[in-house]
Amino acid sequence: MERRVVYRQRWLPYLLLLPQLAITLVFFIWPASQALWQSLLMEDPFGLATQFVGLRNFARLLADPEYLNSLKVTAIFSSAVAFSGLLIALVLAAMVDFGLRAAGIGQLYKTLLVWPYAVAPVLAGVLWLFMFSPAIGILAWLLGQMGYEWNHQLNGGQALFLVIVAATWKQISYNFLFFLAGMQAIPRSLLEAAAIDGAGPVKRFVTIVFPLLSPTSFFLLVVNLVYAFFDTFGIVHAITDGGPAQATSILVYKVFRDGFIALDLGSSAAQSVILMAIVITLTFLQFRYIERRVQYA
Amino acid sequence: MVENRPLLTLVAHLTLLLGVLVVLFPVWIVLVTSTQEPGEVLTAPIPMWFGSNAVAVYREVLGAGLEAAGGVPVALMMMNSLIMAVGIAVGKIAISLLSAFAIVYFRFPGRMLCFWTIFVTLMLPVEVRILPTYEVVADLGLLDSYVGLTLPLIASATATFLFRQFFLTVPDELAEAARVDGAGPMRFFFDILLPLSRTNIAALFVILFIYGWNQYLWPLLITTDEAYYTIVMGIQRMLTVADAEPQWPQIAAVTMLALLPPVAVVVFMQRLFVKGLVEVEK
Repeated sequence: MERRVVYRQRWLPYLLLLPQLAITLVFFIWPASQALWQSLLMEDPFGLATQFVGLRNFARLLADPEYLNSLKVTAIFSSAVAFSGLLIALVLAAMVDFGLRAAGIGQLYKTLLVWPYAVAPVLAGVLWLFMFSPAIGILAWLLGQMGYEWNHQLNGGQALFLVIVAATWKQISYNFLFFLAGMQAIPRSLLEAAAIDGAGPVKRFVTIVFPLLSPTSFFLLVVNLVYAFFDTFGIVHAITDGGPAQATSILVYKVFRDGFIALDLGSSAAQSVILMAIVITLTFLQFRYIERRVQYA
Repeated sequence: MVENRPLLTLVAHLTLLLGVLVVLFPVWIVLVTSTQEPGEVLTAPIPMWFGSNAVAVYREVLGAGLEAAGGVPVALMMMNSLIMAVGIAVGKIAISLLSAFAIVYFRFPGRMLCFWTIFVTLMLPVEVRILPTYEVVADLGLLDSYVGLTLPLIASATATFLFRQFFLTVPDELAEAARVDGAGPMRFFFDILLPLSRTNIAALFVILFIYGWNQYLWPLLITTDEAYYTIVMGIQRMLTVADAEPQWPQIAAVTMLALLPPVAVVVFMQRLFVKGLVEVEK
């Protein structure tokens, strides 16, 4: 879509774009290209000399058991967060959509369910820490009463579970809003026609609502993966610090740790580049979805 | 409702109540904990109803902070968070409005290049360029400053796209009429385009305020001076100290104070919030 009316000032458009472009160049493009360049360099342990090593940093990473472990943890973490977040939100949205569409009570449920969107991931982590703290956590205590020892500071599996719960808890609100909007966009007449033909609520959901939601689901899947990959840094950093024994060391956390604490610049830059490749892939997937949606509409 | 099925409606209500309960329960626990005497919350099970110490706990954290964590008053951290959130929201909206205006209403060499340069920022979240961005900010002398907290985060492809989409729906006749009446481009921008974008700006402000308030990694990297701590990243300090000597009521109070402002924004401006959220993702 193009404008018919345009202005033809020569310098004004550049002046208007200047702030945005300057910030983009200084804080985005330049650092990103630095990361690309540094990923090809290696420093000696004292930081005195730097030499060009080509792809050796990447080769070293992919042979590093700690990095491979981090990849595995990230895969488990992000798929668990995306899957459970989507599933729970879908069920809740379907319930609101099923019977409570017209009634004000639906709006009330919506209000009660959407506000966690505004809670910072790190705070979601703190909230669930209060539930699962070995000292004062009510759920940890209940589990103890049932004979199950809970201590996420020692047990890696439990630590991973804790950060998954906190990350999912926050993301349900977002998924719920989009699922609900998608369901409410489905024409009533379609569902009524199916009902007259004898399809019950479950059958209608499976054969009509869910297929029509597939673009929304796909879009949400990508958004949830981006969220799990990048926005959950705070939860891991504040609640488990990547531990115990790197059981919750997701990729973003490892970049931060290797760069700022271990000061392994080459390795940290190489990890940044790998993360960039992941974001770019996910962004392209998201844009393909938008094109598709336009075709269907 | 397509048909009346009392049993299924009941199931729907029960499921939703369960969902609401799971969503609210942790906040309830933290809220209640923030009102207890320190001695009440040393071991589980902790009280499930309000204690009598609320005023003392909140006065302590707001005014003096947690002594073991450096004693930064939480009121100061909240002020910093507010400055950062408003700065990011206003900055993003301002530069995005200007660049969207340039891209939609002007034809000039390099227009598509500018467009793609802005687009690329979508693919470079802070998390993937942590170290080099930190170095740039350090070289510019912006560590421990409000400019350092806000400026690097205000470039935004999504806001620019949102305004671009919106400007494209504004009828050409308006620009033509403005031109006939002798208004130049900036006059048209300020007198016609801006007032028309009011709702979009408000919706975006809500989303960006939450985004700015909830920043964690960036303030963590570039602030070492406690005077610039934000509340969302400051809480991590209190947790690490808490390992040695847990001060759960105080930590609970800080958590409540940190999540209250953005949650209030979502609850009280829900319509704008939903609009902003859906528009941003278009």
